Amino acid sequence: MAKYIVRRLLQTIPVLIGVSILVFSLMHLIPGDAAQIMAGEAASEESVEQIREKLGLNKPKPVQYFNYVSNAIQGDLGNSIRSGRPVVDEIKGRFWVTAELAVYATILAVFLGLIAGIISAVRHYTWSDVSIMVVALFGLSMPNFWLGLLLIQWFAVGVDFLPIPDFLMMRPSGWGDSWRQILLPVITLGTSGAAIIARMTRASMLEVIDQDYIRTARAKGLSEKIVIYRHALKNALIPVVTVVGLEFGAFLGGAVITETIFAINGMGRLTIAAITERDFPVVQGTVLVISLLFVFVNMLVDISYRMLNKRIDLS
Amino acid sequence: MAGKTVEVINGPKRSSPRIEAYKAFWKRLSKNKAAVVGGFFILLFIVVSIVGPFLTTKDPTEVMVLNKLQPPSAEFWFGTDNFGRDIFTRIIHGMSLTLKVGFLSVAIGGSIGVIFGIVSGYYGGKIDTIIMRVMDVLLAFPGILLALAIVSVLGGSLQNVIIAVAVFSVPAFARIVRSSTLSVRQLEYIDAVKALGASDFRIIFKHILPNVVSPIIVQATLRIATAVLTASGLSFLGLGAQPPEPEWGAMLNDGRTYMKTAPHLMLFPGMMIAIVVLAFNIFGDGLRDALDPKMKK
Repeated sequence: MAKYIVRRLLQTIPVLIGVSILVFSLMHLIPGDAAQIMAGEAASEESVEQIREKLGLNKPKPVQYFNYVSNAIQGDLGNSIRSGRPVVDEIKGRFWVTAELAVYATILAVFLGLIAGIISAVRHYTWSDVSIMVVALFGLSMPNFWLGLLLIQWFAVGVDFLPIPDFLMMRPSGWGDSWRQILLPVITLGTSGAAIIARMTRASMLEVIDQDYIRTARAKGLSEKIVIYRHALKNALIPVVTVVGLEFGAFLGGAVITETIFAINGMGRLTIAAITERDFPVVQGTVLVISLLFVFVNMLVDISYRMLNKRIDLS
Repeated sequence: MAGKTVEVINGPKRSSPRIEAYKAFWKRLSKNKAAVVGGFFILLFIVVSIVGPFLTTKDPTEVMVLNKLQPPSAEFWFGTDNFGRDIFTRIIHGMSLTLKVGFLSVAIGGSIGVIFGIVSGYYGGKIDTIIMRVMDVLLAFPGILLALAIVSVLGGSLQNVIIAVAVFSVPAFARIVRSSTLSVRQLEYIDAVKALGASDFRIIFKHILPNVVSPIIVQATLRIATAVLTASGLSFLGLGAQPPEPEWGAMLNDGRTYMKTAPHLMLFPGMMIAIVVLAFNIFGDGLRDALDPKMKK
């Protein structure tokens, strides 16, 4: 197992290098002069030159990349063009907001998805199965930005269950003080993931239920509950673990939209603000941090996949 | 008489295995009611996107301040927006934009992904390692983030959204096609064709591609749904289609401000995005089940 973990860690290195190259390239792929764009059209030649100097854009590209990576390893992602503050400081408080949102959405998606998937598989080809799968298909197809707005319309505007000003008061520190504040953003973000997990759990359960050892367990006279929950579910959940990891990543990315709708001060909203203001060091910083977190979570998922299913040789 | 003799000797006429397989696929697909409904809606959307703009009597971008924020009525079926523009007309005109983004981005991203996947699976070795590591890097940007990063660089426009969503779609195609190519490459008939001296180009395009086309079709259909969601999401964030284009995501974003007074502004564009995505998802599921009955669970 230790050997596998080391190998998996080593496999992550080229991906990390690739991610850093891509994120670094963002600023260099901008059509035209990046410094001019960041300074604004009306900026003087002097201030454009200042930005160029500040970001080291007049140095050769390999040198710039080396500096970018070595600074990033030391926790320096440069300074925001607009606020002048270190990007790390801009991200720090907001990182936990986004991570918390993604974690809650994952919990909701796993909880709902597993229950729905299991019920659907156990009662396959019945009306409850069909109904659950139809709902899951709707959950999968509904744009989360529309769902978020509908939830606000129904629960905040319509019945005043959750007054809108509450959203605006959400801050990096303690934004999750009240369950009423987190509920709607978490549902908005987690619904599509719940649908994906439900479909995956159902498919995986049905595949397992067809296997010989389940038939043997039934033939032994074990009750259906024991067959399903003790024998089938354990093996059916293994592929679902991978989906959960991927969904967590999707939630980190999807938080951009959810945070915008609910005016939550997380990394997603920071990214959008930075894109609008052409503040590229901040865009690079947020994209890098979210991607690294995703790579790290995927690595953990792969390791847990291996631990859960020791029969599989992942080499 | 002579013809009859030939028929008796050879037995009844039999179509080629490919046609037989196609007939079996068509039979399975037409039995799947949900897929038929999904397919019907997709056809309807395509027809509406072509014919619809000629049938509407109003201009989708014409500002009529006197009619602003009208609720749905006989004159304005879906109501009007804050500029007095007819939402129904804008929805009809927006259909072609939505389908254009979906089809084009998947066509571009899918073609690149298929080429990468086939080359990677066919040649293996270093080429495979390099291509797949690049795909891993693209997959390291979760959800909408990669498309967002690309649009942040290129600037907000519908054309750039198509490019961003195309790049975002490449790894999914590359991975699926690679794994299918790996299994086809090991079949004996590929060895036979090689022994006959066929070039790599001929083997890839004449013998491998037709055999990996099923997963490509399924992936493309499902990917259009993802592309529509991603593109409208970017427009919703103000990074895609720019005003006054009647793009549904952008319309939804405009309607947010009037959520309390005119909820119809956000109701209809969102509903249309959901219906289009649903149709492609249902049809994609049906295609998958029909093309690979073993997958049906």
